Amino acid sequence: MIWLNILVEGALIGGFYALFACGLSLMFGVMKVINLAHGDLAVVAAYIAVFLVPHLHVPEVLSFLVVVPVFGLIGYLVQRTLIQKSIDRDPFTTLLVTFGLSVVIENLLLEGYSANAQTVNIGSLGYNSWHPGSIFYLSYVSLVVLASSVVILGALQLFLSKTSLGRQIRAVSDDQEAAQLSGTNYRHIFGVAAAIAFATVALAGIAYGMTTQFSPTSGGVNLLFAFEAVVIGGIGSLWGTLVGGISLGIAQQLGAHFNPQYPTLFGNILFLIVLAVRPQGLFGKKTALL
Amino acid sequence: MSTNPALASITVRRSTQSPVLTFVGVIGLVAALTLAPWIFPQAFVSILVNFFVLLIMATMWNLLAGYAGMVSIGQQAFVGLGGYGVLYFAIKGVSPFLAVPLAAIVGAIIAVPITFLLIRLRGGYFAIATWVVADTAMIIIGTVSLLGGGTGKLVPGFTSLSPTQLNHYAYLETWLVALVVLVGTYLLLRSRTGLVLAAIRDNEVAARSVGIDVVRARRLIFVIAAAGCAAAGAVLTLSQTYVQPTNEFSLQWAAEMLFVSMIGGLGTIEGPILGCIIFFGLQQTLAQQGAWYLVILGSVAIIVALWQPRGLWGAVRDKFGIELLPVGHWVGSRGEPRSPELLSEE
Amino acid sequence: MSDVLLEVSDLVVYHGQLCAVDDVSFRIQEGEIFAIIGANGAGKSTLLRSIAGLHKLTRGNVSFKGRDLKGIAPHRRVELGMSLVPEGRRLFASLTLEENLQVGAAGGKKGTFTLEKIYELFDWMPARRRQYAWQFSGGEQQAIALGRGLLTNPDLLMVDELSLGLAPIVIERIYALIPEIVAHGVSVLIVEQDVSQGVAVANHVHCLLEGRTSLSGRPEELTAEQIERAYFGAGQSPVSGTHP
Repeated sequence: MIWLNILVEGALIGGFYALFACGLSLMFGVMKVINLAHGDLAVVAAYIAVFLVPHLHVPEVLSFLVVVPVFGLIGYLVQRTLIQKSIDRDPFTTLLVTFGLSVVIENLLLEGYSANAQTVNIGSLGYNSWHPGSIFYLSYVSLVVLASSVVILGALQLFLSKTSLGRQIRAVSDDQEAAQLSGTNYRHIFGVAAAIAFATVALAGIAYGMTTQFSPTSGGVNLLFAFEAVVIGGIGSLWGTLVGGISLGIAQQLGAHFNPQYPTLFGNILFLIVLAVRPQGLFGKKTALL
Repeated sequence: MSTNPALASITVRRSTQSPVLTFVGVIGLVAALTLAPWIFPQAFVSILVNFFVLLIMATMWNLLAGYAGMVSIGQQAFVGLGGYGVLYFAIKGVSPFLAVPLAAIVGAIIAVPITFLLIRLRGGYFAIATWVVADTAMIIIGTVSLLGGGTGKLVPGFTSLSPTQLNHYAYLETWLVALVVLVGTYLLLRSRTGLVLAAIRDNEVAARSVGIDVVRARRLIFVIAAAGCAAAGAVLTLSQTYVQPTNEFSLQWAAEMLFVSMIGGLGTIEGPILGCIIFFGLQQTLAQQGAWYLVILGSVAIIVALWQPRGLWGAVRDKFGIELLPVGHWVGSRGEPRSPELLSEE
Repeated sequence: MSDVLLEVSDLVVYHGQLCAVDDVSFRIQEGEIFAIIGANGAGKSTLLRSIAGLHKLTRGNVSFKGRDLKGIAPHRRVELGMSLVPEGRRLFASLTLEENLQVGAAGGKKGTFTLEKIYELFDWMPARRRQYAWQFSGGEQQAIALGRGLLTNPDLLMVDELSLGLAPIVIERIYALIPEIVAHGVSVLIVEQDVSQGVAVANHVHCLLEGRTSLSGRPEELTAEQIERAYFGAGQSPVSGTHP
């Protein structure tokens, strides 16, 4: 029974990791950008949900309706300006710039809101849970988050495979120049990919805020998990990210079972093993490393 | 050998101006810094200690990123290992001051197996992997109760010294290590290995095609950088006398050494020095502002990266042609009075 | 007779420190089949890439339909009516045949070339439209790349190394399509290492040697010997032929 619990808990949190990580996977797959500020964006979204959205008389539990589209727009703008400029230089610069952004964002939040833990107020929804067979305690929120992750990842996959814009995004990831020669405005496509990444990570951030307490530095630890999920699952595959997230979640739950200090450690070890044995991840393309 | 007259008229010079001036200036500076505890107030000396620690780390990061092309955000793994190395040896009865070089060696030894895991990775993968390694190191050390576990431990072995003596010795050893690291790096970059590194950095495929073992060179640099960062963590411990996982393995070290190198300029020795001066200047000016100095530091780093990718020292060097610690090569024709076209960059 | 579609004037393009295109000039009229021939490394690909906007010019000028293309992004040039089928085909590896074509259709402008039209032109395609690039032969991939380029409905179709890596019979089949493409109102610029095919199909031949123009003229006015000398060099100074 313990093992079943580990699997279930792992899957629940894995779903969250996948939602968190899909934007990261998209940005790397499409524009080869590793956004080290990705985690902090999620935290910013959570802060906005708690501190700014109430001014609009929108209940916190529905804050994502406001924050997600806004983040999408911000993502497009930031990509077309700042990130595009660093891409034009070299991948090195992009890494450094996004790292710089991460530090700036975290410390701005620290200055603005202190290091105190916050949480998104969702009323009674946060306290209720489901007790199937009196064995598991599955909080409603976690279940909703998992369900949302699957739905969103599925929608994203459909978007990429069925729509013209989705096709262009995949084309640009495969061969940017050939896409340009086919009339695709690759910078616009980059912008769209970033918009999707920012929107999904904002949703993930708010979801995070609903299930756990967060503070300015929460972004860092979640970024680590997101990277691990993406690498384990394989770059360029959304379902891979889901599998990666769930694998990571299960590994962490396993670690927690042995020692409260171990969850992250077990996850790290799984990551390092995958990196050593199968660097392209479970579903990734072999060329993704370069 | 060829007797081609064209070849015979080519010279290779190592710097664009006379190094004598630099030499004299450096001697004076070294003297002043050695006598610092007796010349300057303790508050300033403490700042100097932190300055040197960061300088060592930034120089090492610069070696990794600017020369070997490896962007690491996990060097704090070795900073922490250095600090804990000193703790370990001190617990075993070794004087903490003697433990510093030992800790550096330990850092280097631990780095070797890690290179096997990391060295094939590129760019972002490498960066993330280094971060995971650092995180893992922090967690593992945090479980070792002998070393104080998660709460940390006071480093033994200082009880025979008065606070003033401790401050002085800690400072002097920090200064000595910084000097060794700087001189060592300078000599390394001026050596054949340095030329190999510059070749790899400029064009890896071309370097490989002339027979350079790129993987081995990268591995060597990684181990050296690990030793250097471990040394930095070790001397830091002498001043702080207390180690704690979240402090020794803090991601803040990564942020600081990265920003300093970016602002100062990659691929030069002067770059990290200038970067550290700016960093500490900013820190002192904004000391009251808490997290603001990191915000400003990060913003400056971003601006520099996008608009002045060779860093501020790079800009100074390009504009004025100054070379304080030249490590490049210029090829020119005998009899030419001015500095000819720069062929190999620093 | 007809309008000038593409005008390249005194073009100089550097590839790093190497001068890949050295003072090249030519004009392509509407309805023409223009062939640029030259040995490997003669600068042909760099020339095409510069015209398409992927490579920066050092000096000189490229104008299309009378309009200076300086500063205009590659995808905008496609919209203006200029399409480049790149060297090596470069199909999108994770997209199916149909999806590859659809990306082309999404760019450029609307016109006679639709997905249906391409499927008419290449009747073997519809049955295999859900297959991926690696499942096709070199010749088939070239056809797909051509189709993708045509779907942008260009006024000028540029093809880089059409016959590279293809068997002779396949090359012939592909070249047989060119007149049909032109009949639909598309002018064609072909870059070729294979001189015989290039010269056979073209109205005008332009030869590059080490980045410079070594020969230019109509095929019927050039002898095989002239072409050979222009192609290989053999220590001669560049000869410029007649220009319509």
